Amino acid sequence: MQHFWDKSLSWGTAGIFVAAAIGVLAVVIFFVTYAIYFERKFIGWMQYRKGPNRTGPLGLLQTVADVSKLLLKEDTIPKKADRGLFILAPALAFIPSFAVLAFIPYTLNLQFADLNVGFLYYIALSGITTIAIVVAGWASNNKYSLLGGMRSAAQMISYEVPLVMSVVGVVMMSGSLNLRDIVISQEGYFWHWNFLPQILGFGIFLIAAVSELNRTPFDLPEAESELVAGYHVEYSGFRFAFFMLTEYIYVYAIASLTTILFLGGWNSPIPALDFVPGLIWFFLKFAVIVFCLFWIRATFPRLRVDQLMGLAWKALLPLAILNIFLTAIGIEWIG
Amino acid sequence: MEKYINSYLIVTVFLLLGIAFPIFVLWLGSLLRPKKPTEEKETTYESGNEPVGDSQIRFNVRYYLYALMFVVFDVETVFLYPWAVAYKQLGLFALTEMAIFAGLLLVGLAYAWRKKVFKWNSI
Repeated sequence: MQHFWDKSLSWGTAGIFVAAAIGVLAVVIFFVTYAIYFERKFIGWMQYRKGPNRTGPLGLLQTVADVSKLLLKEDTIPKKADRGLFILAPALAFIPSFAVLAFIPYTLNLQFADLNVGFLYYIALSGITTIAIVVAGWASNNKYSLLGGMRSAAQMISYEVPLVMSVVGVVMMSGSLNLRDIVISQEGYFWHWNFLPQILGFGIFLIAAVSELNRTPFDLPEAESELVAGYHVEYSGFRFAFFMLTEYIYVYAIASLTTILFLGGWNSPIPALDFVPGLIWFFLKFAVIVFCLFWIRATFPRLRVDQLMGLAWKALLPLAILNIFLTAIGIEWIG
Repeated sequence: MEKYINSYLIVTVFLLLGIAFPIFVLWLGSLLRPKKPTEEKETTYESGNEPVGDSQIRFNVRYYLYALMFVVFDVETVFLYPWAVAYKQLGLFALTEMAIFAGLLLVGLAYAWRKKVFKWNSI
């Protein structure tokens, strides 16, 4: 993509950008399909089950079958629901989640938009999804939906604060918000990656990220045993599928961001391994993080709602602020 | 300069594709799926019971308090990021300033903590 950046705008470059965006959409849908498959498979193995193994060889077509079923399902909208908002909510959740993917640098030569606001772009857009969840909960006119939507909003805004603050340390060390510059500043051996000097920030980022994704152990908004399914109880068919799609696209975005901010992006762990292409390193780190998300889901029980908010405000936020000042003192001492 | 414009052009393309995709898929679904609405299907789900009352009601004020806390600390992060980007050039003086600023906000956090804003009692 790099040599198209510096060209002036023409129909040709615009066409290439559209083709690239469609390519990203295809890759992401492929990722979501097989992320769901491997999630079910891994959790199955961890619980001494086999997981999906009937549809297609090794069950590989299970998600494809699920999605086509959702596409063919009748779409019911409750009579008491606010029709306009009810239809708007799934699209409003999906649009920012996809737009977030525009700026992720995969390798030095494979990046779509090079934005200097970098990480703030992610924060700004992912906030819109919170609004969509509140809208969905409110428009459904269902008691479970309302509770799920409100809880979800409270949780997402509470954990957004430590998430944003934990990255400040990384920004201080690299002196830039641009994700490209952040990765370039982590070149060298694996102990130059940000996760070791920023170990506190890395831990806070991971916990807050799992919570932002509404995944176990922080999946209270959709706690199936108490709220049925939370904000999307009333959704059926492909509108429901868009909420699921949004969730898994954010898994993709968070795994990419963790790789870039803390695990050195496309850099190899030791310079002797530089002959392996950067894209493979990026993908390996990315896969490890996605696997850890599944692993966490299979291992931890859900938090209680009164523990949830306390963790964000009483533990993670003070620690994140502490991390900023520790980083500042570290930069003063070591330079 | 071209790079700047092109980057935002790509963001716009992603945004437009993100809008077009749900419209296209939901339109495609409307061609394929059946549509046989009945009275029962269109009632609100309430674990099999007849739904009681309305759900668009006033909800607990606690959510509003969290929103207030969020606004306070999100504004702090808006101030933190430019500071963090330029920190290496600013040095110790900027660190002291930021310590005072964060200290003031931490007083607010301690106040909310003491007022039991973070204590979750019901629902």
